[in-house]
Amino acid sequence: MAEKSGDNIIEVKNLVKKFGDFIAVANISFEVKHGEIFAFLGPNGAGKTTTIKMLTTLLDPNSGTISVNGFNPEKQKDETRKSFGIVFQDPSLDDDLTAMENMEFHGIFYGVPDKIRKERIEYLLKFVGLWERKDDLVKRFSGGMKRRLEIARGLIHHPKILFLDEPTLGLDPQTRNHLWEYIKKMNKDEGMTVFLTTHYMDEADRVADRIAVIDHGKIISRGTSSQLKKETKTKNLEDAFLKLTGHGIRDEDASAKEQFKSHARRWRGR
Amino acid sequence: MNSPVYIMWLRQVKKYLRSKSRIIGSLGQPLLFLFALGFGLGGLYKQAGGGSFIDFLVPGIIAMSILFTAMFAGIEVIWDRQFGFLKETLIAPVSRFKIMLGRTFGGATTAIFQGIIVLVISIIIGFRPDLLLLPVALLFMVLIGLFFTSLGTALASKLEDMQGFQLIMNFLIMPIFFLSGALFPLATAPEALKIVSYFNPLTYGVDGLRGALTGVSQFGIPLDLGVGIVLTAIVLWIGSELFSKIQI
Repeated sequence: MAEKSGDNIIEVKNLVKKFGDFIAVANISFEVKHGEIFAFLGPNGAGKTTTIKMLTTLLDPNSGTISVNGFNPEKQKDETRKSFGIVFQDPSLDDDLTAMENMEFHGIFYGVPDKIRKERIEYLLKFVGLWERKDDLVKRFSGGMKRRLEIARGLIHHPKILFLDEPTLGLDPQTRNHLWEYIKKMNKDEGMTVFLTTHYMDEADRVADRIAVIDHGKIISRGTSSQLKKETKTKNLEDAFLKLTGHGIRDEDASAKEQFKSHARRWRGR
Repeated sequence: MNSPVYIMWLRQVKKYLRSKSRIIGSLGQPLLFLFALGFGLGGLYKQAGGGSFIDFLVPGIIAMSILFTAMFAGIEVIWDRQFGFLKETLIAPVSRFKIMLGRTFGGATTAIFQGIIVLVISIIIGFRPDLLLLPVALLFMVLIGLFFTSLGTALASKLEDMQGFQLIMNFLIMPIFFLSGALFPLATAPEALKIVSYFNPLTYGVDGLRGALTGVSQFGIPLDLGVGIVLTAIVLWIGSELFSKIQI
């Protein structure tokens, strides 16, 4: 299977991604160790999702090198894709299919054998409390139910690495707790590496072994939660985060990228 | 039966069968053409010595319903992009060629189904196809379906939203339909029109379909079939190339 470079399952060196003049990711380097829960934190538009997209083969970087489970996401796309599961920040279910069909689709796409697939789907749907609703079309689900279904789906193929891009957004505290317990269990039992982003600092504090803080496309701090608190002389992770990234509200970065994209569309000449 | 191509095909077909309003809705236009033009111009056509206009028109209308359904099925990639499901498929460890193939087969299946409904309705109102050549007719329907689903997919792979859709509708789908010999015989058309129609892929589809269903064709079934197969293979290849280059 995968060739491992030492202890690290993910290695990123001097990664750069530009959208026109806008630099979304500015020369970042970091590594994630085998079997750890790694939190990637940053304000809106800091470059988190863009980084995840490059790690997961959806975007090609402008420069820099990436290794995911020993593979290069830019060149060895299929091998890389077999290595991870992902729960996206925004929805990626097919609303016109049932919960079961969405799960089956995923299982077949990832080549999970029939028997195991059936067992896992049943287990996971029961786990997220959707087994009773398995034959309902997803468009009849509430936002929270869709979220739960996406998470269950991302776990069907028991990936080596699980990417979670703000997975608990819009979930109630019960489900959030439940979910993190399960993810911690998968992490422990199966040695699954977890790469997560979240805006809930208490979650990151509780589950993450190590944290990197990214802002304006640059990693500005990293370490364990207690190291970050010590470094910033704060009592909790939220204060540490605010001290590192400032109190200003930014959405401009994100919209700059959107603006560029719509310009590009207009100029593509149709 | 657990290959990604099959499950992708199944998804397209299930979605189609679940939207009854779409099945019925997309029958409206071809039936309107069939009835309004068929009966409206039928007398004139007969007077001019052309025989039964319905016989002439039915293959064209079948091709039309396949053209529209197939193009829309291909362009649906844009919806999948907007609703996020495209990401789920593109991030899976499945070659994009297989994804595109399953999607195209699925779209083509729904388009052929739509064409068969039009054929059945035509038979009900008195159209009598050549039963021996029905498999050949079906083959042409498959080619038209595959060609235009691939074309729609290729276009949708380059578009990020539905803004370009009107453009495609008015400057591509409509001209392809009107300049294909679906509605009037090309043999008696002005030279300029003829030349344009020779570059239109649907022309060969309509001609082949007409040849198989009614025994009358301008180029002959073998030529139509040859052109159809070659063009379909080419556009399938282009479509899968463009589809596999999508970045999100």
